[in-house]
Amino acid sequence: MSTPLSTPAATAPGVATATVKPAPWKDPAARPYVQIDRVTKSFGEFKAVDDVSLKIYKGEIFCLLGASGCGKTTLLRMLGGFELPTSGRIFIDGEDMTGVPPYERPVNMMFQSYALFPHMTVEQNVAFGLKQDRVARSEITERVATMLDLVKLGSFARRKPHQLSGGQRQRVALARALVKRPKLLLLDEPLGALDKKLREHTQFELISLQDKLGVTFVVVTHDQEEAMTLASRIGVMNHGEIVQAGTPTEIYEFPSSKFVADFVGSVNIFEGKLVEDEPEYVRIASEEMGGTIYVSHGISAAPEAVVWAAVRPEKIFMSTAPPEGTDNVVRGAVQDIAYLGDLSIYLVRLPTGKVVRITQPNTSRHAEAITWDQQVYLSWDPSSPVVVTR
Amino acid sequence: MRRTRHFQRLGITGRGLVVMLPYFWLLLFFVVPFLIVLKISFADIDLAIPPYTPLIEWIGKNTLAIKINFSNYAFLFTDSLYLNALLNSVKVAFVSTVFCLLIGYPMAYGIARAAPSTRNILLLLVILPFWTSLLLRVYAWIGLLKANGVINNVLMSLDIIHEPLTMLYTPFAMYVGIVYSYLPFMILPLYANLEKMDWQLLEAAEDLGCRPWQAFYKITLPLSRNGILAGSMLVFIPAVGEFVIPALLGGPNALMIGRILWDEFFSNRAWPVASAVAILLLIILVPFMMWYQSVQARESAGAK
Repeated sequence: MSTPLSTPAATAPGVATATVKPAPWKDPAARPYVQIDRVTKSFGEFKAVDDVSLKIYKGEIFCLLGASGCGKTTLLRMLGGFELPTSGRIFIDGEDMTGVPPYERPVNMMFQSYALFPHMTVEQNVAFGLKQDRVARSEITERVATMLDLVKLGSFARRKPHQLSGGQRQRVALARALVKRPKLLLLDEPLGALDKKLREHTQFELISLQDKLGVTFVVVTHDQEEAMTLASRIGVMNHGEIVQAGTPTEIYEFPSSKFVADFVGSVNIFEGKLVEDEPEYVRIASEEMGGTIYVSHGISAAPEAVVWAAVRPEKIFMSTAPPEGTDNVVRGAVQDIAYLGDLSIYLVRLPTGKVVRITQPNTSRHAEAITWDQQVYLSWDPSSPVVVTR
Repeated sequence: MRRTRHFQRLGITGRGLVVMLPYFWLLLFFVVPFLIVLKISFADIDLAIPPYTPLIEWIGKNTLAIKINFSNYAFLFTDSLYLNALLNSVKVAFVSTVFCLLIGYPMAYGIARAAPSTRNILLLLVILPFWTSLLLRVYAWIGLLKANGVINNVLMSLDIIHEPLTMLYTPFAMYVGIVYSYLPFMILPLYANLEKMDWQLLEAAEDLGCRPWQAFYKITLPLSRNGILAGSMLVFIPAVGEFVIPALLGGPNALMIGRILWDEFFSNRAWPVASAVAILLLIILVPFMMWYQSVQARESAGAK
């Protein structure tokens, strides 16, 4: 391991990777900790996971993000040894783990249902894996106690799982999986069963715990917000394939396809034709928008090609007075407003029939309000749109 | 409306009636017959109809005589036949229960883990024998086990044996009959228990280092304890008093308490002794039932 990832800034999610050391996925010399090599899993005719290759580095929190049925759980279960790949290989810490059963893998899993043993106390649940490994009794007691303190369940050691709240059960499941000091921890929708407030709180706890223990996490989630908060990198999955893998910022600001742009966050997508294709800028004529889109960087696409320009709702300005210029400007009528307190969502109908979504922070308490049916101008910065070709 | 109020004044509510119904049922079909049997067990044998002396008698001169006769019970302990039969019955019931468990557990497990569509067919196959009478099924076993029966004929035609095996009228035949007849009573509660099992727990156990058989021993088995208990009780309790199967398959040496009871009652017309045997049997079985009840109660108080 040439570049162990121990600097907190590099593992902290959501933080731009402006550290001294390059991120391991940008460093060609870095050795991957988990390597998924052209793995396919078929159930009959159906390919749940289709030719996936992926490198995950030590200390990462890697999130597999996708809608239900996209194959993310199957991929996770193959890492855990619960499913055998139809083809392809899986390496963990340099060792081929493809056919190794779950009970011989240095990997532990936190199940979506937590799967706590109902006939055992919290303590016995956490000690189970260590007993199985024939760890000395005194060491078991010590490690279980340390782990329970770490997840703040020290005083609940003698309780049975049904005497705990959902959040406490989640922490028992986490402690049970972590106490064995696995090389890799797999988490299947770890926060899915918790309510929103608790979920947010637990997300940050999970990150600090991971940072403290240095265990590599692979998390499966359908919740993009959860993925953005937790992940060092996200792999967006669709139809059994990884369509894009990258840091949360990359996924959000530089989506590689319409699907990723649409799946992660909300976005306005305008279909158009490339009319000017220069190395420094492009201009797209969009019938859907009823105007031209000017993008201040070059793209690689054939001239006259059909492309899509994706503009995030928070990057659109809305004004009652016409802004300067003719590119990236369109007029419309406010169709709907949702006031969320911190921000407001506006749905503006363009003359072409297209409805554009805009979010604006409510920075002032006494702003002159834009109301229903009002005519407004929408505009955006030339650097804002992302142009995708598929 | 008025009538409801009338009942309420008497302390009778709809809810109360519903709760009372099973108690009434128990009173009518358990407590009253039990008291009658208890009464007869304290009577003396008599050449009359019914063939026992009354417990309470009007003997004139303003005197009511209550005669309680303990000699029936004393008799049970003087003749070793009764205690031996009782012990033998418990032994037979216990061995049968163990075999039912050994055969029934894998079957119940298999059904519970089968695909939902095949599960119902398998369950139906377990219940199907109930559609014919027990007696017919036991007679069918006679046809299978007798000297020139199906099993012997097949084995001889295959040249595996050269003279018929003696199977009928042996303890072996009796055990086969009992285990066969009571197997569904073991499978059904076990299935009901295993069907509720969260199989992901086994994956969790494997993930934590258990081999499949260890996961079974440490997770499945303890979690199906209630099903094992319920099935064992459902087999053990009726098997102790079983009469028909030992009588038909077991031959003359199958000394079972149910058989003794029958003989005392019908052959000897010794109703008081037969009643005493019945009461003794009950006294032996009650601790098992109470133990089972307390386990069940503790379990339902513990886990929801």
